[in-house]
Amino acid sequence: MATDGRAAPVSGPNSYRMGPDERGYFGLFGGRFVAETLMPLILDLEQAYAAARSDPEFQAELSSLNTHYAGRPSPLYFAERLTEHLQQASASAGKRGGAKVYFKRDELNHTGSHKINNCIGQILLARRMRKTRIIAETGAGQHGVAVATVCARYGLPCEIFMGATDVERQKPNVFRMKLLGAKVNAVTAGAGTLKDAMNEALRDWVTNVRDTYYIIGTAAGPHPYPAMVRDFQSVIGKEVRDQMMEAEGRLPDTLVACIGGGSNAIGLFHPFLDDKAVKIHGVEAGGHGLDVPNGHCASMTGGKPGVLHGNRTYLLQDDDGQILEGHSISAGLDYPGVGPEHSWLKDTGRVTYVAVTDKEALEAFQLCTRLEGIIPALEPSHALAHVCKLAPTLPQNDLLVMNMCGRGDKDIFSVAEHLGMKM
Amino acid sequence: MTVETRIDRRFAALKRDGRAALVTFVTAGDPDYETCARLLAGLPAAGADVIELGMPFSDPMADGPTIQASSQRALAAGQTMRKTLALVAGFRKQDRDTPIVLMGYYNPIYVYPAEAFLDDAKAAGVDGLIVVDVPPEADDELCLPAAGRGLSFIRLATPTTDSRRLPAVLANSSGFVYYVSITGITGTATPDVEAVHAQVDRIRRATTLPVAVGFGVRTPEQAEAIARGADGVVVGSALVEAIRRTLGPDGSATGQTVPAVLELVKSLGSGLRTAPGRPNMAG
Repeated sequence: MATDGRAAPVSGPNSYRMGPDERGYFGLFGGRFVAETLMPLILDLEQAYAAARSDPEFQAELSSLNTHYAGRPSPLYFAERLTEHLQQASASAGKRGGAKVYFKRDELNHTGSHKINNCIGQILLARRMRKTRIIAETGAGQHGVAVATVCARYGLPCEIFMGATDVERQKPNVFRMKLLGAKVNAVTAGAGTLKDAMNEALRDWVTNVRDTYYIIGTAAGPHPYPAMVRDFQSVIGKEVRDQMMEAEGRLPDTLVACIGGGSNAIGLFHPFLDDKAVKIHGVEAGGHGLDVPNGHCASMTGGKPGVLHGNRTYLLQDDDGQILEGHSISAGLDYPGVGPEHSWLKDTGRVTYVAVTDKEALEAFQLCTRLEGIIPALEPSHALAHVCKLAPTLPQNDLLVMNMCGRGDKDIFSVAEHLGMKM
Repeated sequence: MTVETRIDRRFAALKRDGRAALVTFVTAGDPDYETCARLLAGLPAAGADVIELGMPFSDPMADGPTIQASSQRALAAGQTMRKTLALVAGFRKQDRDTPIVLMGYYNPIYVYPAEAFLDDAKAAGVDGLIVVDVPPEADDELCLPAAGRGLSFIRLATPTTDSRRLPAVLANSSGFVYYVSITGITGTATPDVEAVHAQVDRIRRATTLPVAVGFGVRTPEQAEAIARGADGVVVGSALVEAIRRTLGPDGSATGQTVPAVLELVKSLGSGLRTAPGRPNMAG
């Protein structure tokens, strides 16, 4: 274990799927950097999760809810017209590229995104721990809606912390949370986005630590959250393995997913990390462009390691270690950090991380809507924009899976505004 | 630590006097560098026995609205970690006895980077560190390197630090133990004095270090009541609030700012001087 945080990148471990270590580290990244008030609870949570994970009864309950409540497995869909479009794009550049593009349809889950996978797991855990009150942070509101949903399902009171800016740009989700019985607290500190919501959720947790369970929405935060959220989301990648074997008789060649905190991405990637032939791409929010100071949310491609919200990871920060707000058109990617396992996968070189701008994401959003009849959320629109660049460079028999991790209904108001259209 | 530090000397002297320490918190660079420097210079004479100086951070997760705002004011006025250390060095030229403890969050230290920060802090005349988000589980990162340089590493013990966990919290602690009197963030709830005293007694049975109590102590009366069963009382949000109240319409310091804070420190200090302290006899 490096002690000064400046160790050289780890290279070539025997397995990429063994982390974290017993202290919660993925190489340099991760850990448990929280206030003392929370430490006893974090340690309890670690024990409770370890017990639940190896308990067949817990796994059976989780699996049953995934099937009958969330609607899993989600389909693996061959995006035929997009595939043709990208082949033509390659042909018009005088090449013969264009991968066979599949969408993992996690936008079809109950509540409209992959977030429900994690929330079902954590609400079951909260019940096992006999916690009587649930809190959560949310950016785009997809996690907030998923939390409010499982809280309604189990009759637990629920408070959601959401940046005031996000409350404004994600109104439909705010209303859904309220309908589901959640209290939505608009956080005005900072720029009023996901980072500020997470600060406020942590403050609430410190204050109400004895009865409250905090459902963190992404694969970040203090150990054991990054590993636990990854485990609950890994259902995505496990299904893709089986579904692709059934559809094509072999594993995919290329995986692509968008990254804010990175939970949908790690869920898709993790079951494939040791399949060295599978190329993996994570797509960060490039906002106005990586060359625009504080104008993007690409923590890995445009930030450096630091410590925030309980873990060491790549962060957007200035030279003094003050955290930047960043910017993205997508509220769900508008976060200055990233899950620690991604930071480690970046430094080991196992996963390639790139950034896509607001403008490119908006174009991909429209393309997908017209070609496939699927309105994607702005978050996976980033992944899609990268697919549009990547696929024409790949051979036509390359099997590419993109995680369609959320649907775009929530985004239509802000997209209309960006496109200058009247609703 | 075998080497006696300014913190050790100060608590030993107060124990001889039979009273508790007044530990005052302000944020470095709040509302601006110059005003903060004058404030620091005036604190010892006003009655501060130990000075806690906040290292401003953009995301102070353990702090309530009052101290969050002070961090924002300081950062907006251009405060950086290097300027915070310069404030301490400036103070140290005038005062060789009053301990200064830097309090804050890990990230600005981590990117400084940590080893260089510890060297520079020691050279500036810093005596101890409280880093809210570095638990004992990560002692090898900061606590042990700090102790190796003679900087005290002061830990927070909280109402959730049960007897199972307390030994881990105390293991590499030095200087004093900071008992957080509430489960919560700074400056919000009011602690229950009897419950606090019971917890202080519990900690005292496990350590010879002095125990100071903070988070939620606002008035001279509260400070006096807490001091009756502790080795020190930390007052932060109330002082920071006094700074805010005296700012001009444009948010900058006025002629009232420094005197108002020092006046409050005086009244807090006089309460402690009349209260018979109950120092840690184990120590």
